[in-house]
Amino acid sequence: MKYVCLVYLETGKLHAVPDRECMACGDGLRASGRLVAAEALQPIEAATSVRVRNGKTWITDGPFAETKEQLAGFYLIDAADLNEAIQVASKIPPAREGTIEVRPVRQLNPD
Amino acid sequence: MVAADPVHEIVSAVYVAESRRVLATLIRLLGDFDAAEEALHEAFRAALEQWPRDGVPGNPRAWLVSTGRFKGIDALRRRARFDALEEAGEKADIAVEDGEAWADEASVEDDRLRLIFTCCHPALAPDAQVALTLREVCGLTTEEIAQAYLTRPATLAQRIVRAKAKIRDARIPYEVPSAAELPGRLDAVLQVIYLVFNEGYAASSGPAVTRHDLASEAIRLGRLLAELMPEPEVFALLALMLLHDSRRAARSGPDGELIVLEEQDRSLWDHGQIDEGIGLVRRALAARRPGPYAIQAAIAAVHAEAASTGDTDWGEIVALYDALHRFVPSPVVELNRAVAVAMRDGPAAGLPLVDAILDRGDLQEYRLAHAARADLCRRLGRADEARASYERALALTRQEPERRFIARRLAELAGREERR
Repeated sequence: MKYVCLVYLETGKLHAVPDRECMACGDGLRASGRLVAAEALQPIEAATSVRVRNGKTWITDGPFAETKEQLAGFYLIDAADLNEAIQVASKIPPAREGTIEVRPVRQLNPD
Repeated sequence: MVAADPVHEIVSAVYVAESRRVLATLIRLLGDFDAAEEALHEAFRAALEQWPRDGVPGNPRAWLVSTGRFKGIDALRRRARFDALEEAGEKADIAVEDGEAWADEASVEDDRLRLIFTCCHPALAPDAQVALTLREVCGLTTEEIAQAYLTRPATLAQRIVRAKAKIRDARIPYEVPSAAELPGRLDAVLQVIYLVFNEGYAASSGPAVTRHDLASEAIRLGRLLAELMPEPEVFALLALMLLHDSRRAARSGPDGELIVLEEQDRSLWDHGQIDEGIGLVRRALAARRPGPYAIQAAIAAVHAEAASTGDTDWGEIVALYDALHRFVPSPVVELNRAVAVAMRDGPAAGLPLVDAILDRGDLQEYRLAHAARADLCRRLGRADEARASYERALALTRQEPERRFIARRLAELAGREERR
């Protein structure tokens, strides 16, 4: 089963973990066959929000939500169950600075 | 009344004794809580039909598991055909392959542990862990749990449905944690049991001092866990609950009013339970490094062994709170330590410690901190301060017997003033 591990960090801590540590983590997961994809993200200042309402596309800067933490990256992993996913998440380096949100993926139902 | 039918009586007795075990095994075999509950009901329905006709089987539990498993697989297959859901079909196949493992004693006992650890999984919210444990492990109905927690049954049912959905959708595994994870996960289980006990023992709101059923349920859970997982901290928690609960008959008067430790009639304490508790404390303390439950149980044991508060070894209790504070550096532990110091060295020694905790602001909203301060001021003859603190405690308590206790103390203070 696939889980996405969303990495949340406070703005001031976006670079608290050295990149090489995150790369090593990704490489280790890839070697163990559990990594589907992983990316770090540019800070929220680089984000653009897109909405379509009544056929019209609205584009805005942001989103600049009230929350202190922002999405800083993600790992899409393959794990047998939640316990294994939690194991993986606990070894993602930014877990010690921010929060890793572990979400199971949902199968789309074509009917 | 309907004449007692002996086979019906046997089925009822088997239900009480075995339904939780059978459920725990069916969850493993069918891979789903709801399917297992349905299968459990089907199995008992079949027992009511077949046992009067064919006789009671030699091993009722094995019969119920195999009947439930058969009915459950059947239901999963039917559902799979209806929804063409591959997953359900897969599960049914897994269940068939797994069929050999269900009967032996060891795997059945493991299933009970799997059920406990799954219900107390830290990925579930604490109130959901409590509700699910009471529902699935103890077999309480949703209505009974709602009543014990003064919640609406619909709210409680919703909480349980959501927890089961998370177990299924996030795939929380049905397993006893590995040795590496065990200490943390066992803590979570102990915490759930202690939460249930405390809700029953020191009901935080409502009309009675104790809610008997929850305290007894927690003790039963503690006994079950001690049997399945004989770890020092499990013994310690069971001891702690037995020792606290041994004072139940002495803790409230005929009208349900609260009687504090100092004023309790100790001959009403349950000495059988105290002996059992003290025996368990000894086993827990024999561990290389006693944990927080062992220390709390040791404190309860010191109280249980004393003939009166005057006779209590308060020096030992202060030392035990010091040890506990190293594990649990909480202001509540500090407050208890301050009260023990006051008992050892007099109220004048305890008051500055309580004031220091309150001045830090940590326990400003905690009714027992103000009640403790009021009591020390009362003993020191500082009536105005005592009154102000009792009034603060009174404003914070939601529990009727406590309210009456504090009101009585306030009336005593007023009486003393008048006599002057």
